[in-house]
Amino acid sequence: MNGNLAFVFGLPLAVVVFFFAFAAYERRAGVATGPGFFQRNGLAIGLYLVVAVGFWAFFIILLPQLAMVDMSFRPKLPPSQMGGPKDLYTLENYRYFLFGSTTSTEEWNWLHIKAFFLTIGASIAITLLNFAICYPLAFHMAQSATAARLRVLLLLLILPYWVNEILRAFAFRVLLSSGGIINQMLMGSGLTAEPVDFLGADVGLYAGLSYAYLLMMIFPLYNAIESLDKNQVEAARDLGAPWWHIHAFIVLPHAKPGIASGCTLVFMLTAGALAAPLVLGGPRTLWFTPIVYDRFYQAFNWPQGAAYAFILLVSCIVFVLVVLKAFRLSLGEITR
Amino acid sequence: MAAAVELEGVNVTFGDFVAVKEANLTIEPGEFFSFLGPSGCGKTTLLRTISGFIEPTRGAVRIGGADMRGIGPNRRPTALIFQNLALFPMMSVAENIGYGLRVRGVPRHERDEKVKNLLIQVALSEHGHKKVAELSGGQKQRVAIARALAVEPSVLLLDEPLSALDLKLRQHMRSELRAIQKRVGITFIYITHDQGEALTMSDRIAVMNAGVIEQVGDGRAVYAEPRTPFVASFVGENNQIRGRLTAREGALATLDTPLGPLAGRNPVALEVGQEALLFVRPEAMRLRANGTAAGFEGETLDVAYEGSVTHVTLRVKTGQKVTASLGASTGIAPPAPGEHLRIGFSPEDALLLARPERH
Repeated sequence: MNGNLAFVFGLPLAVVVFFFAFAAYERRAGVATGPGFFQRNGLAIGLYLVVAVGFWAFFIILLPQLAMVDMSFRPKLPPSQMGGPKDLYTLENYRYFLFGSTTSTEEWNWLHIKAFFLTIGASIAITLLNFAICYPLAFHMAQSATAARLRVLLLLLILPYWVNEILRAFAFRVLLSSGGIINQMLMGSGLTAEPVDFLGADVGLYAGLSYAYLLMMIFPLYNAIESLDKNQVEAARDLGAPWWHIHAFIVLPHAKPGIASGCTLVFMLTAGALAAPLVLGGPRTLWFTPIVYDRFYQAFNWPQGAAYAFILLVSCIVFVLVVLKAFRLSLGEITR
Repeated sequence: MAAAVELEGVNVTFGDFVAVKEANLTIEPGEFFSFLGPSGCGKTTLLRTISGFIEPTRGAVRIGGADMRGIGPNRRPTALIFQNLALFPMMSVAENIGYGLRVRGVPRHERDEKVKNLLIQVALSEHGHKKVAELSGGQKQRVAIARALAVEPSVLLLDEPLSALDLKLRQHMRSELRAIQKRVGITFIYITHDQGEALTMSDRIAVMNAGVIEQVGDGRAVYAEPRTPFVASFVGENNQIRGRLTAREGALATLDTPLGPLAGRNPVALEVGQEALLFVRPEAMRLRANGTAAGFEGETLDVAYEGSVTHVTLRVKTGQKVTASLGASTGIAPPAPGEHLRIGFSPEDALLLARPERH
């Protein structure tokens, strides 16, 4: 226990000392010039920034994640045996994801692996769909809408998000159910005789997920396109470019950081979404996050849940980094 | 040969605001034509109407004899150089210049050849691979010109492209623009609020005010023979004295002013009794010997020595300020501030124009 305490307080302290040493080195080497951090911000605000950012980074982001990673490498034990002789680091939880229970006859744990790749694949598809929906709207808002129209559009975009996520998911469910308005309209107009099973076909899941993170796509896109000089669009048009050429070679290259930022956000959030898959997923669909949830609360196997969550997190990060690399973007650029 | 650009009764309104009112104009092929006016006078609107970004509310724009109604900017034989140049920052200099050719589907080797020639023409052959941000202001200017020339427009439209440059570069670019225009031989339509630019570069100038083209003529005509009080006061410095016409003698007329009777040329044939304005340039002012009846008296407020000329500001008895620019060659010692002077001008150097209602 003593070792843990030293770790919790020692590590932040070590980080602070390292940064002070680094700052002092930069100053001596002439990399950093001008007034120092505390001179610029004053002592009170400077201290607040250091403490608040340090607390946020360490206790809210780093420590919980480290605890999860640590847990994912431990066996499932009753509380009395934690820290005891059986509490050894093991890859059992990761092995379970790939090969299933030791008593299973299957060669691979297909159920979970399939759910994992379905989640990644569907998240990619939803991200692309989201981009296709948001780009024209963001372009209109950023380049051609009047100030009054822009305000109305922003309000219309934001207002629906006052309704909470679960309620929105259930609303989709009601709308798309076999007795729902959409099926009633389809049958009333004679287009179909039988109600269409939208939820079984996962239409509800994809619609709900696309809708859930629309704003995360539209605002980065809007910001990026808004900073494009309108004269550039006009110059391209004046030089004879058709509209698609202007979008492909003037607007999109300019908006690349915003596109990357929006797509990253939507992809990460979709892959990690819980409410929409739980409420809207069809009977045959197994999204990966509900499985993680089940590890924790149905199987009461927290170490395995942690391992599953960690697998998802690392896969998503690796995937995003590979895509960014493919589009020659650095992480710094998407925050512009 | 059809006119390069023809405006026929062009009106542009935005809601209640009339940006351009009844513009009628013919611009000849190969001409360097300028629109000169203060900001907000409608000159940029008119340029955008010619390039196709704005459709005239009424009237017709014809380019090379063809009516341009309904033809978008991407299908007009014009190329526009924007005030901020609007170069594409994510493309290299060569890609910028080749952009118009690329959208026209010109094959790659042909395009490269043409871009290379244009780079030589604007003296940037070493810079083709660079990003636009790496260039200086004057180099960017030349890239913008080359990019516009690449599509071989019959009319090149320039929207105050020199306004962002410093004075020295601006003066250099004036002569360079003029030289390029002579070389390529196409029509240039140039927008500016800077009379120096308009006078030095243009074959003809249209002076605009509040959406109306007030006068069209060559530099000498708009400077020496203004036809409206706005042109007289906007192009060059001018002293302005109000009065009522009392007599006409041939080409001259006499005005009864608070400073006494003053005579000037009467080119617009004002009638006796009409309210008029007398315009006289500072350089037309001459010192008069004290005690003579000619001219009028004023108190010296300020003397600004500028080498070849000395600008003297006088306050006359109405409280109005009058400027006289006295040449060094006249050999008269400039007055000291506070000194009372008598100045006058020869009637041939003064101009009478009708006083607008609003004045």
